[in-house]
Amino acid sequence: MDYFKLVALALVMLVSAIAADWGHDIAYRVHALIILAVAAGMFIWTLRRTDEPVGAAVTDTGYMDDVVRAGVIATAFWGVVGFLAGTFIAFQLAFPALNFDWGQPFTNFGRLRPLHTSAVIFAFGGNALIATSFYIVQRTSGVRLFGGKAAWFVFWGYQLFIVLAATGYLLGATQSKEYAEPEWYVDIWLTLVWVVYLIVFMGTIFTRKEKHIYVANWFLLSFIVTVAMLHIVNNLSIPVSIWGSKSVQVFAGVQDAMTQWWYGHNAVGFFLTAGFLGMMYYFVPKQAGRPVYSYKLSIIHFWALIFLYIWAGPHHLHYTALPDWASTLGMVFSIVLWMPSWGGMINGLMTLQGAWDKLRTDPIMRMFVISLGFYGMSTFEGPMMSIRAVNSLSHYTDWTIGHVHSGALGWNGMITFGALYFLTPRLWGRDKMYSMPAINWHFWLATIGIVLYAASMWVTGIMEGLMWREVDDQGFLVNSFADTVSAKFPMYVVRGLGGVMYLTGALIMVWNMWMTIRGAKPAVTPVPSATPAE
Amino acid sequence: MDTYSLLRQLADSWVLLFLFSFFLGTVVWAFWPGLTPERRDASQIPFRNETAAQKSATREESDDE
Repeated sequence: MDYFKLVALALVMLVSAIAADWGHDIAYRVHALIILAVAAGMFIWTLRRTDEPVGAAVTDTGYMDDVVRAGVIATAFWGVVGFLAGTFIAFQLAFPALNFDWGQPFTNFGRLRPLHTSAVIFAFGGNALIATSFYIVQRTSGVRLFGGKAAWFVFWGYQLFIVLAATGYLLGATQSKEYAEPEWYVDIWLTLVWVVYLIVFMGTIFTRKEKHIYVANWFLLSFIVTVAMLHIVNNLSIPVSIWGSKSVQVFAGVQDAMTQWWYGHNAVGFFLTAGFLGMMYYFVPKQAGRPVYSYKLSIIHFWALIFLYIWAGPHHLHYTALPDWASTLGMVFSIVLWMPSWGGMINGLMTLQGAWDKLRTDPIMRMFVISLGFYGMSTFEGPMMSIRAVNSLSHYTDWTIGHVHSGALGWNGMITFGALYFLTPRLWGRDKMYSMPAINWHFWLATIGIVLYAASMWVTGIMEGLMWREVDDQGFLVNSFADTVSAKFPMYVVRGLGGVMYLTGALIMVWNMWMTIRGAKPAVTPVPSATPAE
Repeated sequence: MDTYSLLRQLADSWVLLFLFSFFLGTVVWAFWPGLTPERRDASQIPFRNETAAQKSATREESDDE
């Protein structure tokens, strides 16, 4: 097996070395060098272990938690990277001088923006989903993860995808599809990683000890399956050359736009909603110490959500070349979607029935509750914005950005923070987090940060929408585009400050996690002669 | 009939009916009275299997006895 691995790694090294030399563009050549370095590292690592006596077989009885631990650390790390990038580009919009001349073209807004969106959605959110899904599926199935080391392949393969995507954006490799910017070879790599992820997750469910598949696993499985489908269809493209990063989409015109937003909105629906609802249905009952309010409602929530979300994409293309029937369909389904979303929110909140005092005493519970609050708020705002008449005002304005962030920072961010606070002490064998007041600080910094962000974007978005459509009595447009830009300046600064607060909260969390982890003593290590000096 | 019209007609009739009745089926299934104990049992899953797989193994053994 090791010999086979060595040959395979040597081939990868050879091909990537050739690719680094023959590559047509800088992004492709740098990526080839990254892959070469990774393959070389793995080659040496495998070589050193080949034909070594295998140690006493460790019986794998417990849950496979080391990969979850790695995922928790990766989530916190990428979270800070993503928030930092976001805060920086927010100030770039307020102060264009921050597009430094010496950093062109690599650090201008246009290249850093996809870095920010991918870092928070796929690196922060994706790692959170992978880590928590591995944690949840083991506990709710009563068995160890299926596939042994395959879970580690998923983890490291996903990190490689993130690094390739991020460096690609900075070096100018993008296929210009929102939330799907990585080029063809990175897409193929992610497909491979994702299929292994699906096998690990499904295998664990198939071997489960529990009779019933817990509802959290339904949501997580729908997230994995649907993202695989979306990713493959939206990234159907033909590379211009095998030695270059550029590729051409197989769809064109309005078909391409529709495919893109079918993908884009379902990335919101299945990555950022269904997957995180899986986390919600496990962590909220666990933290509250009582089962979910209504298990029947959770079943309806699941089926209604997946039946409706898949149709909502066309609302991104109101007043475009898309046929009216399609954009009406998207609008109607988006509005109907309000119901299951709120059903799920109520189900989560009512889980606290009889335990509302926890809201006062338990800062982690407060994190989960505010995330459900933001889930409810943004799933009301979204359907409203999908209405054609509202969309004619809100589309292309900063209102959309505010909506996305109240969902992403409020719902996804807060529930992930709650999950990290839940998992860290448990995974490293501590009673609780190092500092409870620090969680409180994080909670308030993040909440006020989101409020500043969302409020400033509402104001600037509606203002800009109204300015764009304002005509004088002769029928001429009153404002030029640059007028709206200068009018938005104060709100952009407020938004940046909101980002600073959110980032500060995340840094406090990282410090808190660090102290919790560092302070932990593995249960098996004997305490070294701990006689007090006194 | 061209492919587009054919698919549109199919989607507007039989597929719509199938998807809608499937959804109604899941609602009926969720509220099926006889399954209430199973729902209650399933909602307790997060509070089991706390440590590792051994727990359920011992439960199986005790079932055998």
